[in-house]
Amino acid sequence: MLKKHPLFGFILFGVILFLLSNRVDELRVFQGATVAIYVIAIASIILLTGYSGQVSLGHGALLAIGGYAAALSRNYWGAPVWLTFCIAVLAAALGGYLLGLAAARLSGPYLAGTTLALAIGLPSIANQFSILGGEQGLLYDIGLPPTSLGADFTQYKWYFWISALAALVTIYWLRNVMNSRYGRSWKAVRSNDVAAELAGINVGRNKVLAFTVSAGVAGLAGALLAMTISTVSPGAFPLALSFSLATGAVLSGVTTLGGVMIGAVTLVAIPEIVDTVVHRFESSEAVANNLPGLLVSTLLILTVLFVPNGPVEQMRARHEKRAKR
Amino acid sequence: MTQFIDMLLIGIGAGSIYALMAIAMVLVWRSTRVINFAQAGMALLSTYIGFELVQRTGNFWIALPLAMILGALFSALVEILLIRTLIKHSTTGPVAGIVPIIATLGLLGFIRATIGFIWGNQDIQIQPPLSKVGFKIGEDTIALSPMNLLVLLTVIGMVLILGFIFQKTSLGLSLRASAYSPEIAQLAGIRVGAIRTIGWAIAGAAGAAAGLLQTVNGTGAVSPDSLEFSLLLTFGFIAAVIGGLESLPGAVLGAVVLGLVLAVVQIYISGTLVFIVAFALLLLVLLIRPQGFIGAKAGRRA
Amino acid sequence: MSLVVKDLIVDHGAIRAISGVSFTVETGKLSAVIGANGAGKSTLLRTLSGLNKATEGTAHWGDHNLLHGKPESHVRQGVSHVSEGKSVVAELTVEENLDLGALWRRNKKEAAETKQQVIDLFPRLGERLEQRADTLSGGERQMLAIGRALMSKPKLLLLDEPSLGLAPLIIEQIFQTIRGIVDTMNLTVVLVEQNAMGALKIADTAVVLNLGRVAISGSAADLIADPAVRTAYLGY
Repeated sequence: MLKKHPLFGFILFGVILFLLSNRVDELRVFQGATVAIYVIAIASIILLTGYSGQVSLGHGALLAIGGYAAALSRNYWGAPVWLTFCIAVLAAALGGYLLGLAAARLSGPYLAGTTLALAIGLPSIANQFSILGGEQGLLYDIGLPPTSLGADFTQYKWYFWISALAALVTIYWLRNVMNSRYGRSWKAVRSNDVAAELAGINVGRNKVLAFTVSAGVAGLAGALLAMTISTVSPGAFPLALSFSLATGAVLSGVTTLGGVMIGAVTLVAIPEIVDTVVHRFESSEAVANNLPGLLVSTLLILTVLFVPNGPVEQMRARHEKRAKR
Repeated sequence: MTQFIDMLLIGIGAGSIYALMAIAMVLVWRSTRVINFAQAGMALLSTYIGFELVQRTGNFWIALPLAMILGALFSALVEILLIRTLIKHSTTGPVAGIVPIIATLGLLGFIRATIGFIWGNQDIQIQPPLSKVGFKIGEDTIALSPMNLLVLLTVIGMVLILGFIFQKTSLGLSLRASAYSPEIAQLAGIRVGAIRTIGWAIAGAAGAAAGLLQTVNGTGAVSPDSLEFSLLLTFGFIAAVIGGLESLPGAVLGAVVLGLVLAVVQIYISGTLVFIVAFALLLLVLLIRPQGFIGAKAGRRA
Repeated sequence: MSLVVKDLIVDHGAIRAISGVSFTVETGKLSAVIGANGAGKSTLLRTLSGLNKATEGTAHWGDHNLLHGKPESHVRQGVSHVSEGKSVVAELTVEENLDLGALWRRNKKEAAETKQQVIDLFPRLGERLEQRADTLSGGERQMLAIGRALMSKPKLLLLDEPSLGLAPLIIEQIFQTIRGIVDTMNLTVVLVEQNAMGALKIADTAVVLNLGRVAISGSAADLIADPAVRTAYLGY
């Protein structure tokens, strides 16, 4: 029944999440919010890379655009929170549109290198204009949870509910988009863009659309990220973020939305594991700082070498092979 | 007038270091059809090794060539372990083109983390072997110091040596043929796998030189998350693209052009716009003449 | 030394390109392999030279196993393959292309002698040594490809459709040259061709491949006379 009515499944999952959030401590709730945000961000990469076949190493920059747009609109226009999210999506989508226009004519390493350059250079752009708050960044405060939820409804739980809801809605919506004719034409272009062109698909427009949608989703993640730390600054969107997201996408299985939780949970779990290890063994600062990076990159290399399509796809393929026999 | 000459000198000086990086990237691209984003990471590691060598021997002139040799060996090791595995497990399907890119990115992260592990995340300092004070012509100090001159001469020397190797030796012919048509090279009896490893080794040496020289030419400080190295990677990439990933002289020319353009921006406009201009230049080249200004007809589709 | 292929099976992913091919070519003989497009002819040569992996079967040149090892190692055993599509390196000069074939050879003096022999065989190449290979005409490129193969001092020469895309007059020249090389250098040649008539006329023996199998084999003269072959491949 769940297969036939996915909407029901999403709602059920959402209810379970909300119930759980009442039972765990603050740290877990915060981590839950982070997982939800990563889910959204990784999904945006899966859309762009797995479906549309374009590689972007600079998604951190798109998240940053969303975050800054949300903060700016709230601070200077006093916009209500939901509106700031919409503005974040639109601003990032615009950025994605422009990037997509350039990207549609590039491929492979050129696109990768260009987006990487963007991810590297973004901090310096943010430092340029004082309106963006320079190194310190800007404040982004979405306010306290509504009183109707009760007196001991914590701030972090509020963040979690918002992020989780956003994640559920986004994934549900993306699923529909990927199954629609847009999703199918993206897949067609990804497999063979010459054939797709001959089949009447406007490849250029297609790629730009994918970039735009992906960027918009990323912008939402960026705004949510800023929300959880109440600030937006260059330091919140470092190069490492773009790398982490790419890693998360590969771990999830970049060609399918199904495994998106795997990557998101792993990204949040690793620092947690490292913390435990560091405390258990009382390791040095050098270990504490670098073990997460070490683990993440090793995981990335191993995954991309041996399970490049991601564990979900790998299992599905193995299943099919067995069925054939 | 002096400002103009200063600009030229700074531009060529910076450009020459980007040239080393660009050469390394073009070498790897041509032999393996992979853009090695880990190049900067490998250069970083070689720089740290150079640091250790300077500490132990107290002599920069020994440390530099040794670091280059070790950089070459490390690069060859990466090729053997990582790239050959990549080729063996190469997949078809949507991820095929992305896999090598992600793999080299993973390597970059791995190297950075390992460096932090071993040496810590704070800045380390490498003493420049030569004075960084500019030469004096009459009364004025120009923007060329003995250190700058060293960098320039090293790069010119390397470019000449590499050019000689590529154009006039059997090894060079094997390298070129293996890059252009690996299958025909195999049928001609060339051990293409070994040749590719050599290509990576040379790239590793060039990258090591770039990293070490850039560090001592600059502040002398380097750390695992150093922005300078990220910029080195970026500018090396942009320079290679301007030159059109296919030719070594093109990479050098692209680097010099980039260096000059950025110097102009830095001196006449504003130092903070440097990156934006570089990025805009990259986009411009990719959109208008994707095969670069020196490169031949082959399109920018990998 | 002869080429002995037995029960060769080669798969391209899920497709069986060659399903049980056996034939022999004696030393110093020219064997033509003809057949329609997709019959598996190119795959056969690519498997013999080591570019493709065989699934089952054996192939030996003398006592050297051709199915084991990389193409580079077979070259050192005297096997030279001119792959289809005028296999020259476009970005290199004519001379560099020729030198390419002899790079692995230890004796540089002999290599230089071979180069002179090749230039004597193809004077047109001698006139264009400094030119880039992609400035050559189709026929000249084919000559260069064969010349490059000869620079390895091969004993077994595998030629994949040398006549493809060339004018009839040039094709005639090239076929004559190939026959000439076999006679003067005592080479063993496997000539894959779509131009069945031209190939059969210069061949000693022939094999007809159809859908990855040997349909007919025998002496070239027999095949030319065979009515089935005539209708299917020779057009009359």
